[in-house]
Amino acid sequence: MSVSAPSVKPPRRVGDRLFAGAAQGAALIIMLALAGVFVFLFIEGLPGLHADERIYQPATNFASYVGPLVYGTVLAAVVALVIAVPFAIGVALFISHYAPPRIAAPIAYVIDLLAAVPSVVYGLWGGLALGQATKPVINWLYDNLDFIPFFAGPPSVTGRTMLTAGIVLAIMVVPITTAISREVFAQTPRLHEEAAMALGATRWETIRLAVFPYAKSGLVSAVMLGLGRALGETMAVAMVLSATPIVTLNLISDTNPATIASNIASNYKEASPDRQAVLIATGLVLFAVTFAVNFLARLVVARSERGVTR
Amino acid sequence: MSTTTPLERDFAVSAGLVQPKLPRGAGLLVAVLALGVSGLLALLLGWNPVGGLVLAAVLFVIGFPLWSALLEGRRSAVDRLATSLVCLAFGVVLVPLVWLIWMVVSKGLSAISIQFLTYDMRGALAHGGGIYHALIGTLLVTLAATIISVPIGIFAAIYLVEYGKGNRLARVTTFLVDVMTGIPSIVAGLFALALLVLIFGPAIRIGFGGSIALSLLMIPTVVRSTEEMLRLVPSDLREASYALGVPKWRTISKMVVPTAIGGIVTGVVLAISRVIGETAPLLIVAGNTDSLNWNLFNGRMMTLPVYIFQQYSSPGVLPAGEVGDPPGYARAWGAALVLIVIVMLLNLGARIIGKIFAPPTDRRR
Repeated sequence: MSVSAPSVKPPRRVGDRLFAGAAQGAALIIMLALAGVFVFLFIEGLPGLHADERIYQPATNFASYVGPLVYGTVLAAVVALVIAVPFAIGVALFISHYAPPRIAAPIAYVIDLLAAVPSVVYGLWGGLALGQATKPVINWLYDNLDFIPFFAGPPSVTGRTMLTAGIVLAIMVVPITTAISREVFAQTPRLHEEAAMALGATRWETIRLAVFPYAKSGLVSAVMLGLGRALGETMAVAMVLSATPIVTLNLISDTNPATIASNIASNYKEASPDRQAVLIATGLVLFAVTFAVNFLARLVVARSERGVTR
Repeated sequence: MSTTTPLERDFAVSAGLVQPKLPRGAGLLVAVLALGVSGLLALLLGWNPVGGLVLAAVLFVIGFPLWSALLEGRRSAVDRLATSLVCLAFGVVLVPLVWLIWMVVSKGLSAISIQFLTYDMRGALAHGGGIYHALIGTLLVTLAATIISVPIGIFAAIYLVEYGKGNRLARVTTFLVDVMTGIPSIVAGLFALALLVLIFGPAIRIGFGGSIALSLLMIPTVVRSTEEMLRLVPSDLREASYALGVPKWRTISKMVVPTAIGGIVTGVVLAISRVIGETAPLLIVAGNTDSLNWNLFNGRMMTLPVYIFQQYSSPGVLPAGEVGDPPGYARAWGAALVLIVIVMLLNLGARIIGKIFAPPTDRRR
């Protein structure tokens, strides 16, 4: 009884308590900020859900106002993904499995540069350069493939089409999807690949049999993160498309649906307070959609990571 | 002295011992052939060179595997097809990057002058005017965003690594930071606007609102990079410090953070370069104006990205008698060049800082 164990906790100093508090506070602020995004958008957007009929012109209520916008958002994102995903996977494979190791890192850096270019510069380029350059392609598609609803025409004379917007978005999606797929590919166990090689598989067969099965869920989340980026991108679309609230599959004409984000950006300046509320409400819809997409993507990654460690 | 002579190759092939293989330069040969054929066709039929290049690529992707299929068999042919497609994908992705940079540099350089960099747009019509107000606005807004988000980001990362250690708040924060990376920038702008409107009324447009929106976009990047760097600090260092009786907060502020400072600064600079080109939130919250404004808390504030958008969407007209693009386009390209140069300098700077401050630890860990 003479020697008791020293008290378990050392005396806590003021500095320690302050520092721990600051750290914890910062973590809480992040949580509050994200909750705040929801709450403030909700408070300000709520009046926009049931506003007067005139506010929604040319539509009549919120659902019919936001409907074409949601459609345009999804259409642009899907076009972008259809173009971007094959290239992104190809480039990721090139970096992880095809390029000589010495030049792989600089190449990855160059692809990351694509992500560093500000979106407004992409918009400028898409509107003034790419749009012009796609005109012959659009005319060719219309002349030869106009039985497909995507190319029903009439072909645009300005080149500012959904197809152009999709290509610009695709270029913005490629770096993020490439970066994640590249990491996933690089994580394939070396032994799996060497085993396949030892059985006489060619490089492509090794990739198909050892790398792809291992990387499947990682690829899904890479694509979904790209989707999140494409859904939320504003300026590139706002600068390329001149929008009308219609629902159409046509990718090459002058009348195109806007996306939620581009609609907010292009209508904000002359918006009355009522109209502002409607735009904020559409922003809430966009936030909910991208939140869900990102949430699912992270969930897939988390699950696959657990699967790997097990 | 070797006693066995290698088998004659032709004999080995005909006996089925060795698979026939394409000669070494086969890919190059097919590429040259494809280019030649399509170049000839393009010349004869008067296509533009891009069409010729597309045809050459298609010819190569079909021809090379076909040759391989005839000589080497199906499996090698598929392999060669995959190889050429992968390399082609890489080449195609480089096209927009090179094209864009070339456009921005060639069109932007002619727009840039001393006047362009030192004048604002007050009273500027077809000629004259510049980006001074936008440049100052961008620097102020981004600086304020950095001041807000760096302490929050670094302290949150310290919490995750040093205090949280996988408890519930830490796990939730990690997850939320992941989700925050995916917030569309325009939603961040709407958030800042909704916040300000709630406090100041619906007509509010101030530069500081832009800073709030940008810091929302910056925080996740700062947290992620700082967290990664702090985790790289060997725990021996922390334990050595504790063993000397140094309190935890001094251990963190004097041992852990200084060890990781290079990586942290790199991450912060990269985060700045990411948000400095954001347009949508600033368009909504900071508004746009033609004149210089030094006050973040009063009045609209122009920024470079918004300036580009503004000049693009309402480019103005040339005076009668002059022909060419509207004057706004040239200004937009010039501003785009300045913006890209800033972003690239930040990127480069981040890398150099990372190199200089890299701690002399064992990299193989």
